[in-house]
Amino acid sequence: MMYDVEKETLPREELEALQLKRLKDVVEKVYYNVPFYRKKFDELGVRPEHIRSLSDVKYLPFTEKQDLRNNYPFGLFSVPKENVVRIHASSGTTGKSTVVGYTQRDVNNWAELMARSLMAAGVTRRDIIHNAYGYGLFTGGLGTHYGAEKLGATIVPVSGGGTKRQIMLLNDFKATVICCTPSYALHLYDVAQEAGVDFKDLSLHTGIFGAEPWTEEMRREIEAKLNLKALDIYGLSEVMGPGVAIECREAQNGLHIWEDHFLVEIIDPETLEPLPYGEKGELVITTITKEAQPLIRYRTRDLTSLNPVPCKCGRTHIKMNKVLGRSDDMLIIRGVNVFPSQIEAILLETEGLSPHYQLILRREDSMDTLEVQVEVDERIFSDKIKSLQMLEKKIQKNIKEFLGVTTKVRLVEPKSIVRSEGKAKRIIDLRDKKQ
Amino acid sequence: MKLEQLSVFLENRAGRLCDVTKALADAGINIRALSLADTSDFGILRLIVSDTEKAKQTLKQHGFTVGRTTVVAVEVKDEPGGLHNVLKVLGEEQINVEYMYAFVQQSSKNAVLIFRFDRTDQAIEILTKAGIKVLSGDELYNL
Repeated sequence: MMYDVEKETLPREELEALQLKRLKDVVEKVYYNVPFYRKKFDELGVRPEHIRSLSDVKYLPFTEKQDLRNNYPFGLFSVPKENVVRIHASSGTTGKSTVVGYTQRDVNNWAELMARSLMAAGVTRRDIIHNAYGYGLFTGGLGTHYGAEKLGATIVPVSGGGTKRQIMLLNDFKATVICCTPSYALHLYDVAQEAGVDFKDLSLHTGIFGAEPWTEEMRREIEAKLNLKALDIYGLSEVMGPGVAIECREAQNGLHIWEDHFLVEIIDPETLEPLPYGEKGELVITTITKEAQPLIRYRTRDLTSLNPVPCKCGRTHIKMNKVLGRSDDMLIIRGVNVFPSQIEAILLETEGLSPHYQLILRREDSMDTLEVQVEVDERIFSDKIKSLQMLEKKIQKNIKEFLGVTTKVRLVEPKSIVRSEGKAKRIIDLRDKKQ
Repeated sequence: MKLEQLSVFLENRAGRLCDVTKALADAGINIRALSLADTSDFGILRLIVSDTEKAKQTLKQHGFTVGRTTVVAVEVKDEPGGLHNVLKVLGEEQINVEYMYAFVQQSSKNAVLIFRFDRTDQAIEILTKAGIKVLSGDELYNL
């Protein structure tokens, strides 16, 4: 089943010709409309007319998350502000979140790509979609929502949280498709078990899971427990949101990237040199149709590889393999992106000092948890229990407010955080380990 | 009339309290009084010792986070109403007790109460005026 057979099966030659035309357009647009890009291009001595083939993309400068932060909030807009109809943002400490703007056409394109993605996953207009991605500044909720409406399916905009109620709604509305993070899917199963609800009695046939990396083992676990077919969806807010790539139901092996809208490369994150198909490296995306905020060679930091072998589903768009990890230290906690440096900044702001800290990630009842351990030194120590507990609460509250993620804050004795060669190990990830 | 108390941050882990007492014992420091307050994650050990400065340095060398606080020691008769009389005086003057602990002297019929107040100086003044015996550091250490 395809939402747009013509575009999804466009012969490679035509697809690449379309990409080149669009790449030229976007390069010219950012060069003349965005001072940040003009400066970067000039520094490298690149001009729009130098782009003559798709491989010439390698001469263009990279864009990084930090560039979005440096140009907070609207510095990378390529259109007058009145043409922007929507703004999304990722979490961040004050002034440091990454903001993304959309024109009406961007919103329409996003809905179309999301509709294509849903249909590739086997969803039709007869389905009822239980959308448990968070609604708000996060792109997951609204991105899925608009795509589902475009497709003509019935959307239940349940958003995140209230798990018991979600079980009830799944049961009562007889949703046939569920969209959420893979870890939340497993959490739903646990809560349903406790409530005496068997997923075999529900009507779900498909789950579309994304916003965090997950393994093939996790897929098998979800499929067995939730009694549905689990498909991987990929997207990131900087580039658009969910719907950049999707696994097709037919092959369920690799995610088709909608190449008429995104030009992708894999680079070596160390040397920044492009890597051939099949080799593992960092995914780099150039948005070739975005109007409000196009990105040139955006470094996603997601590690994967590309697979150009024709797919049995008939789509001609290239596939990326499941994301294997990150080339930076970003953590994904229940779909929320968290950088250790953000936690550090919050600790600094909370007490005006830079305590030693460590982040412990665990998976408890299928849910990721983040424990922030902070060493107690003489400056923050008090002989009163109340004062220390208030300090814990304050740190917890500030992290929740700035990053939108609930953590457990634990005060620990000095030097209890292991230091190797003077440098503390900041992250202990126990999520894939049996505890 | 004020008294120096040490407080030590401890994680709720087996053997941590033992590490403190060993360090103090090795340094020849005597513990006159102590109390341990705890939560699910951590505890605070409060100590009155024979040599506050030496104890502090010793514990710091052993990697503990140590704080120094001023507390007040009060001597009362070890009989019903002994503590109540003291708290009544303080309550009337709106002095808040942050925390307290007590021990009974072996040699006499008195009990010693250690108080942590929010307003220490005022508390001492009120207690003295009410005829309650506030112990000096030397008096307590030499009990």
